[in-house]
Amino acid sequence: MALKGLDIFKLLPKTNCKKCGNPTCMAFAMKVAQGGITIDKCPDISAEALAQLSEASAPPMKALTIGAGDKVYKLGGETVLFRHDKTFVSKSLYAVTVCQDCVDEKLPKIKAVDYERIGERMIVDLINVEFSGDKAKFLDTVKKAQGAARTLILEVSDADAAKAALDLVKAEKPILNGANESNWEAFNKIATEAGVVLGVTGKDLDVIYDTVQKLEGAGNKNLVIDVGSVSIKDAFANAVQIRRAALKDQDRSFGYPSIVNLSKLAKGDDVLQTALASVFTLKYGSIIILSNMSYAQALPLYGLRQNIYTDPQKPMKMEPKIYPVNGADENSICAITVDFALSYFVINGELERSGVPVNLIVSDAGGYSVLTSWAAGKFSAGTISKFFKESGVEGKVKSRNLLIPGKVAVLKGELEENLPGWKILVGPNEAVGVVKYLKDFKG
Amino acid sequence: MSFKRVPQKFPATIKEVIIGAGDKTVTLGGENVLPFYSFDDKIKNPPRVGVEVSDLGPNRDLPELGKFYAGAEKIADVAKKACTIPGADFISLVLESADPNGANKSIEDCVALCKEVAAAVTLPLVIQGSKNTEKDGQLFVKIADALQGKNVLFMSAKEDNHKGIAVGAVQAYGQKIAAESAVDINLAKQLNVLITQLGIKHESIAMNVGTAAAGYGFEYVVSTMDRIKLAALTQNDDKLQMPIITPVGEQTWAVGESFKSEEEAPAGWGPRESRGIAMEVATASAALAAGSNAVILRHPASVAAVSKLIAALV
Repeated sequence: MALKGLDIFKLLPKTNCKKCGNPTCMAFAMKVAQGGITIDKCPDISAEALAQLSEASAPPMKALTIGAGDKVYKLGGETVLFRHDKTFVSKSLYAVTVCQDCVDEKLPKIKAVDYERIGERMIVDLINVEFSGDKAKFLDTVKKAQGAARTLILEVSDADAAKAALDLVKAEKPILNGANESNWEAFNKIATEAGVVLGVTGKDLDVIYDTVQKLEGAGNKNLVIDVGSVSIKDAFANAVQIRRAALKDQDRSFGYPSIVNLSKLAKGDDVLQTALASVFTLKYGSIIILSNMSYAQALPLYGLRQNIYTDPQKPMKMEPKIYPVNGADENSICAITVDFALSYFVINGELERSGVPVNLIVSDAGGYSVLTSWAAGKFSAGTISKFFKESGVEGKVKSRNLLIPGKVAVLKGELEENLPGWKILVGPNEAVGVVKYLKDFKG
Repeated sequence: MSFKRVPQKFPATIKEVIIGAGDKTVTLGGENVLPFYSFDDKIKNPPRVGVEVSDLGPNRDLPELGKFYAGAEKIADVAKKACTIPGADFISLVLESADPNGANKSIEDCVALCKEVAAAVTLPLVIQGSKNTEKDGQLFVKIADALQGKNVLFMSAKEDNHKGIAVGAVQAYGQKIAAESAVDINLAKQLNVLITQLGIKHESIAMNVGTAAAGYGFEYVVSTMDRIKLAALTQNDDKLQMPIITPVGEQTWAVGESFKSEEEAPAGWGPRESRGIAMEVATASAALAAGSNAVILRHPASVAAVSKLIAALV
């Protein structure tokens, strides 16, 4: 943030009128500085001070929305370069590119990737439609892509084709990616009239910067920056420098989300494409365009994205319930763990490896790890037995063997009192030990 | 108006650790910029890629991997073959069968194997233990003696066994160690402090700050590495300037995405081997982008792709 609380305070009326809902002008100024409240909540601020402060206290990176209906996506709005400083807010979106010759083959594959991971539906978010010189065929491809129920990116630098394509799909708020130093005026008009986000590119950062400034001068701040495809090295350097200029050096002309087109950079090498997609998910790719998306690529990439865009203050949580592992039925042994997603994944992986059918019971423990939630009283004999009653565990499983993590062996006695009829088994301290434990276990 | 570039300059550099001997050495670390930020300054040594070779042999159930190592029956032959993978910078021998809870192979047998492998490889050698801290402590000291002059790196010295390894392998025989901690900047720093207090010089210490597969809590790995590199470079914290080496393969091949056969996996997941490669490559690439100076990978296709990535970015 550019402004300190004190700088803002100096421009306020200093009447402590409380009309903004804060006890004093100083308190209000501090909140504005932290981004907790906007400056226009002060009813008595002078127009001059407001203009001065709005400019300086504007977020360093634009937050945009694309798409319509249930396919609306948020882009940008980031405030930090490293997730530990606060959190990343708009996850990278993955797109697959189609052209007139490959659209029929690719669309079914795009739709095939569709699964759920920790409460999030994972699909190819966007489809990038490439223009290859023939307007009629391009429009035909756009129509086909439109049928796939995804938000589109129109990658076209021909004004005539761009306009005709937008006439077809502008209601769905696609991105028009095609402005450059020579056509920006025409593209500005087309994008503004259609009310869509405009993608800008150029051969290097100076050209891009210059074109963005011209578009801003013409009143368009609804932009994304295509980092270009000169080389992998350049694309990475551009993506980092654009984001860093905006967030660290307060250069708002680069305060826009980015597009990285890996279908051009990876040159058909799918494994290299996976490597690049991973790097750009960490380092500042708002939209990542791939030549295809198989499950093999999707599983690690969507998992990585889900990790990186987790709020560091809010751990990822699993829904508390019974998860049958290895085809467990009501007679299979039960094991209990906490709802912290990481704990769940670690133990679930080991249970799967054992091959033994187990009902893994995920208890509501506030999203903390086993020891942390135990120490905080959220994973105790009391909370576990309460959870058993509330979620009706005893009606869902017939087995009365319950395996608890070795680190909370101390719960055994109390659990046996609270859960009459259950045999409490103390598992190993580390998840990895459970494979051997289960293999040796005789009901 | 043209774009005003503001390169990020730091008052510090990551320390260099050299492994290997003679004309076959690699240097880890040495950079004074954030990972792959070659636009801020030249990256002195590119990140390195190691090939994991288990003493249990390669998983020949994976068709491509099996084909690659076809004919290499002895572990030394496997290691020799691994040296030919394009992009491979070092070999990382894992003494899995030394585990007292597993095959519990004797120290003498492990030392003999290490000697055999060291004689066969044409690249520098990293030795990974059995994960049993007590056994590793005894094992590493004996191997250090047997491989004098080879300048190998031992993975990993932990809080419970670092003393013996630091004194017995590093001070006595001039080998290198990687300090292993569990994805926490404070634990990493504390262990580095303990090791340096034993009189071990920076040039002998790398660190393994822990890892996870992509999707399995990898945000902790990223934030730990981000914070370590930022502390090392911006605050000149010399207890965090050790280069980071990350064994990626063992984690990524152990998650469901990589080990479920096509029959066990949900419909559409496709062949197991390509899933495992993608998981290994995505995780390694993210680890490098977050600050690893070296990654250890299992599959030749992963080694090829990740080294291509490094070549393109440095």
